[in-house]
Amino acid sequence: MDFRDSPAEAEFRARLRAWIAENDPGLPVSSTDDEYWARQAEWHTALYDAGFFGLSWPSRYGGHDLPPVFDVILDDELAAAGAPPRPSLGYLVQGIATHGSDAVKDRFLPGLISGRERWCQGFSEPDAGSDLASLRTTATCDGDEYVIDGHKIWTSYSDVADWCFLLARTDPSVPKHRGLSAFAVPMRQRGIEQRPLRMINGITTEFGQVIFDGARVAAENRIGEPGEGWRIAMTIVSHEREPGEIGYVARYAKMVRELEQAVREDPGAFQPDRREQVAWAYVQSEMLRLHVCRRLSERLDGVDHGPGGSIDKLLMTWVEQSVGSAALTVSGSRAATDAEDLALKIYLYSRAQSVMGGTSQIQKNIIATRILGLPTA
Amino acid sequence: MDVRYTPEQAELRRTARRLARELGPRTVADLDDDKRARRLAEAVCDAGWLELRHDGDGGPLASGVEAAIIAEALGEAVADVAFAGPVLGADLARRAGARPIEGTGVAFSPELVDIEMVSGPVTTSALYAVDVAPLGARAAFVLAPEGGGYRLARVPVDGARGGADLTRAVREIPAGVRPLPVPDQSRLLTSADLDAWRALGLALTCADLVGIMRGVLELTVSYARERKQYGVPIGSFQAVQHLLAEAQCLMEGASSIALHPSWGVDDLAPGDARHAGRVAKVYCARAARTVCETAVQVHGGMGNTWDCIVHVYLRRALLSSRWFGDDGEHLRQLQQTRLAVTHGLS
Repeated sequence: MDFRDSPAEAEFRARLRAWIAENDPGLPVSSTDDEYWARQAEWHTALYDAGFFGLSWPSRYGGHDLPPVFDVILDDELAAAGAPPRPSLGYLVQGIATHGSDAVKDRFLPGLISGRERWCQGFSEPDAGSDLASLRTTATCDGDEYVIDGHKIWTSYSDVADWCFLLARTDPSVPKHRGLSAFAVPMRQRGIEQRPLRMINGITTEFGQVIFDGARVAAENRIGEPGEGWRIAMTIVSHEREPGEIGYVARYAKMVRELEQAVREDPGAFQPDRREQVAWAYVQSEMLRLHVCRRLSERLDGVDHGPGGSIDKLLMTWVEQSVGSAALTVSGSRAATDAEDLALKIYLYSRAQSVMGGTSQIQKNIIATRILGLPTA
Repeated sequence: MDVRYTPEQAELRRTARRLARELGPRTVADLDDDKRARRLAEAVCDAGWLELRHDGDGGPLASGVEAAIIAEALGEAVADVAFAGPVLGADLARRAGARPIEGTGVAFSPELVDIEMVSGPVTTSALYAVDVAPLGARAAFVLAPEGGGYRLARVPVDGARGGADLTRAVREIPAGVRPLPVPDQSRLLTSADLDAWRALGLALTCADLVGIMRGVLELTVSYARERKQYGVPIGSFQAVQHLLAEAQCLMEGASSIALHPSWGVDDLAPGDARHAGRVAKVYCARAARTVCETAVQVHGGMGNTWDCIVHVYLRRALLSSRWFGDDGEHLRQLQQTRLAVTHGLS
């Protein structure tokens, strides 16, 4: 066991730190306003072009073939500098890399990793949330194309996406989990309408709704075999639940540092119970950092697509919501008197964490039955 | 950076868990089986685990990681054997350049947060020797300030055994005792020595708490699989499943955060190691309390009876949480260090 940097890691860290000092775009705290999402794409490209993104992914697709713990260093340094976190798309990379054919991987992974092509994920529907397998969007084979009809929701970045990683029903005659397939659907075509979704903190550009009405996708853009969609979706959501995959450690560390700074500037203004909440948020963010350190170290033994991501997701949710509560506490009456208060937005946004990527209740079901081996009712 | 256990550490973990499981108590009645407890104590002694922090050519024989691995294994089996107490005594003796003195623990101030500092000729309050061998312990270390550093001294341990924990002894040392010199002490302890030592104490109590959580969860999950109500196992009810799933997450988070101070004891600057210990202790103490309370709840009425072993875990967690400072103590300290807030300010 060694938490220290190896010489190669130390060299990487120094190079990264120097680059961030020159290139930090100074974006506001993530996920709290529309400007952030608008400029996140530039940040992705800048990180990638400088050689600091896709660290553990294959160089064939634009990655760097580095051990997964290099992402721990990346998160550390981004957080220490107060820079934006790395783009959260590792789960899509894992999904395509695990299930896509060589042709699909060669076609799509480089653009996804470099940020030259932007992606959204079309899984949830208005009537298929936790019960994802009941989704009703259809993909009907028509020659060497599929025709897509349906309604997706909670589709992150759908307004700017070039591609949608779509889960659709290709066979209505088999049990619901077996009739699904996955596709890379081009977003810029007739037959696709994108509508923004305004979230409780007021932001409008993170999530969207997407209506498919006779949209078309080439059969060669199918990812995996027909009927393999559920398995692919499970690979993706298991990684979508991992803070190590989506880089959220840096997000929380940055928020906690800003809260601590606010208290340090005027400590007398904060009652002990309010300061204790900030200290607890710090402890929680440290827990997650060290947990990711352990998880990414374990990846040196190979990547596991199993139910462990549900544990990580629940831990991450508790951290985000502790940070959100601490922000509200630090803000005090400002949150109640100013609708634009940043802490208010952070707090409100944090409530979504126990829903997105599978609700906390779904995670607990998975942990209970698949990790603890408890019987199903 | 690679925070996996080395193959040797993984092997030590397997050995320690096997031994603790074989010789530790399986039932509350087992706690009265002196023959078993003696075999356990002999096995821990024969394995050399009490000597991990003895001097081995300029440093301890084994790192904080190895010590924490054993502490976790013993906690997991609620093993009724002294380990952290004697190891911490030996670590302190080594840092002071003294020969290890068998059966010597550490005398803690009434809050159980830190080793007692004795400035006058006699101790001024009742002190507590924690996790000392039930029979063999004769003395406990205290510190006496001297020339900018600290000199080790010894007070006799002969008080009654008590405390919440049924598996480890806490013995009271009455006030008014005259500390005796420690022979052959070759140097004074510095603040840095003490910080590294406190980091070890925090690492070992955190590891014990992680072990307690792992052990009590395993027990509780099997109970939930077997215990039937309404004709089905209670573990098939989501209300019960969700309690256990949350407990599992707390255990995993605690297990990740506890690794850092165990490694930091020997590889971080002493102040940083102590800080890592504080952060871990806040999380582990809170997590262990919730996990053990969940275990009592899932065991229902039986969980509240003396003969159900679950309270043995909860009681052990109460001592490990308090020893070297609990979550409240360290959250206050973190406010001082990270928020630049001093105590009296409100």
